[in-house]
This record gives sequence, C-alpha cells and structure tokens, in this order.
Amino acid sequence: MASLGELERAVMDLLWAGHEAATANTLRDLLAQSTRAENGTAGHEGKDLAVTTVLTVLSRLERKGLVERERGTRPHRYQAVSSREDHTAELMHEVLGSAPDREAVLARFIGSVTDTEAETLRKLLGLS
Amino acid sequence: MFWTSWFLAVLAIVLAWPVPIILSRAQWPSRSPFTAMLLWQAIALAGGLSMIGAMLVYGLEPVGDNLLAGLRALAGMVFNNAPTTALGFWHIFALSAAALLTAHLVFTLLLTYYKIQRQRRRHRELLALLASPSADGPRTMVISVDSPVAYCLPGGARSVTVLSDGLMAALEPAELRAVLNHENAHLDQRHHLLLWAFAAWRQALPWLPTTRLAQEAVSSLIEMLADDVALKTESRATLIKAIAIVASGSPGAHGARMAFGEPDLSDVEPGQPGATGGAGSARTTASRVSRLLSPQPPLPEPLRAAVLAACVLLLAVPTALLIVPGLLG
Repeated sequence: MASLGELERAVMDLLWAGHEAATANTLRDLLAQSTRAENGTAGHEGKDLAVTTVLTVLSRLERKGLVERERGTRPHRYQAVSSREDHTAELMHEVLGSAPDREAVLARFIGSVTDTEAETLRKLLGLS
Repeated sequence: MFWTSWFLAVLAIVLAWPVPIILSRAQWPSRSPFTAMLLWQAIALAGGLSMIGAMLVYGLEPVGDNLLAGLRALAGMVFNNAPTTALGFWHIFALSAAALLTAHLVFTLLLTYYKIQRQRRRHRELLALLASPSADGPRTMVISVDSPVAYCLPGGARSVTVLSDGLMAALEPAELRAVLNHENAHLDQRHHLLLWAFAAWRQALPWLPTTRLAQEAVSSLIEMLADDVALKTESRATLIKAIAIVASGSPGAHGARMAFGEPDLSDVEPGQPGATGGAGSARTTASRVSRLLSPQPPLPEPLRAAVLAACVLLLAVPTALLIVPGLLG
C-alpha cells in the first residue's frame, strides 16, 4: 500500500495533468490504472485502494490549501487550487525573496547579488 | 547597588552602539569566522543581560542590598500585597520596563520560532509534491526550475537540500559537490538556530544598531564557515567557480519576475537600500568571493585566545555583578 504522502503526490499529479475537476471515484480509477500500468498486471495495490482512502488524501490536500471542492454537486468534484507552475513560483518567491526572516527559514547557497556584482563574476568566469 | 546599575547601563550602551559598529567594520572576522561568531553571540547575550540587569538593579535599590534580596522583597510586595511605598516612581518605572523588555524578547523569540516553523512546514509540503529525490543522497531533492538555485531547508531529521534543474545542468560534478557540502555544513552546524535567535533579536529591537549589524554579520559568517567546510573536499577554484556560476545565473529582482511570471515580487529588490536582506546578502557574496580569491591566514593563536577571553569576560562580568553580591551577603 502506498503511503499517504505518495498518494498525495499521485493525486496532485493527476489533478495538475487533467486541468479539470474530478470526483474521488474518477481519481481512484485513474490511480488504479496507473498502478496497473506500472506493475504490468492487475496488482493488488490498485484493488486495495478504497475511495475512502482517496477522500482522506483529498481532505488532507484541501486542508493544506492545495485542492478545492466544487460545492453543490454530488458527488463532490475536486480540482487543484493553482497550477504546478504557480506553486513552483510560490516556492521560488520564498527562496529568492528578501523578507527579514527568510534567512532563518532556509539558507541559500548564494544570496541576491547586485547587477554590478553579477557582471564582475561573469568577467571572472570569462563568460562575457 | 548604585554603582552596579550604572556600570551595567554603561556596558549595555557600549554593547548596543560603538562595539557592534567597530566589529562590523573589522577585517579579521573573515579570517577566523568561528571566533567572530562567538564574539557576536557574547555581545548579544551580554548586551541583553546588562540592559535588563541595569534596570532591575536600579529599580530594586531601595528594597534590598543586592539583586537577590531585592527580588525577594519585590516578590513579598507582589504576592503579599505589602506596601510598595519604599519604591519611588522611577524605581517602579525601571522595574516595569525590565519586565516588559524581558517579556517582549521571550515573546518575539517564540513568535519568530512559530512563524519560521510554519513557513518551513508549508515549504516542505509543497516540496513533497513538486520536487523529486536526487541521486546525490536521501537528503537532497531536485526541483524543476531553470535558473541555478540551491538552498537547504532545516528541520531536524527532515532537513533537506534542494537543487534546481538549472543548477545541475550548469555545474560540473565537483562544483555540485562543493555546493552540496556547503549546504550540508549549514545543516550539520545548526546554523538555522543562530539565524533564528538573531532574526528574533532584530525583530524585537529593530531600532538598536546591534541587532541589525549582528544579524547581518552572523548571516555572513555562517556562509564563510560553510565555505570552509566545502574547501575541505573541493578546491578553492572549484568553489569560486560554483559561486560565480550560481550568482551570475541567479535572477535578480527583475529576472525573478520574468522567469516565474509572478506579478507581485515587490519585496524582492536586492541591492535596493530599503531591502536590507538583499543588500546584506549582496555584501556577503562579495566578501565571500574576495575571501576565497585572496585567502588570508587565520588570526594568530594568541589573538584568538584573547577574543575568546573577551567573550568569557563579557558574559561573566554582568552575571557576576548581578548574582555574586547576593550569594556573598
């Protein structure tokens, strides 16, 4: 049985790739399909994956603010809040930003450099 | 009591203003970053201790011959509703200020910790979905970003070093090892704890020159310490080249906006006077590179011993002034 973390990743990959809202049932079938494709046979992993597990994963993702539910439809349809690219940009914004406590959150190999400095370094390398 | 409070007040002022300015301009810290780091910590601790101590000792002067006796008398007043007539207005003012400052420092420390932990958790959650494990080790992940970026996210057993696709493509294996060793040094030496304490101190007392200078110095010194670890396995030239490639390829304020299509990066303005973090790290990169280009020998042994002795004295003197009279009496 895949861990919840792996399932969260797999569900997000499906939602990001699909661009459309999907129900837990659809997602379960898609997950089972991809597991079968990986194993080459009807592996028991896919069969064991219950819709309730998918719902658990979805509610965890919802709590993290990554997935939203379409209200008013039954069964609920889920979709990604933002694209994979937007989330990557969000991470990089945090990494490259210069908020005072950013340095305490994570340590960058190279902090921000000024244009003149970057120029000097490029010359050093013989790049320009 | 009287002279103790004046001595502590003078010490607090000296540690708050002239000393950090002199130390921040000194050249020797880049030669012995570890020693300099200890000195900054001693200055920060002794500064806070003498600031709070001076106010306490002054405020308690009328009710006790020493700090411990004074605190006992104060506890008696607070808990037994004894009359406080012995204390004048300024004494009560000083005691309240000492209590408020202590509470403010502790509260800011905890609040900063909470905020940092929350940001790290969110960052780790996203990394778990966006980044893939790297072949370089279990603590390394790769994220698909074109510009060369490397950073580490501390978190005990879940600490992770993140490399971008762009970085992997731009660097030779030896340069990549230098980057990884540099980042792992941050994690191994628990640099994030230092940064947390100094960031909180700066947040708590932003108007005090010490807090800004100390925070900038500490974030620069940890980079040098991590560079020194990287130099143990990789050559100086390799590390310089890695720094130069990452620095010249990393997007500045405008690059970041273009590369990630993020409309609101208003707080990412390196090199602007307002953006202290950016300006500070720009200086850091410059001093790191010049330190690697023209290496200086470490501070001679006797000088390092003298600095360490100064650290011990800085902490011992205010502590002794506050506690010893009470223990002797």
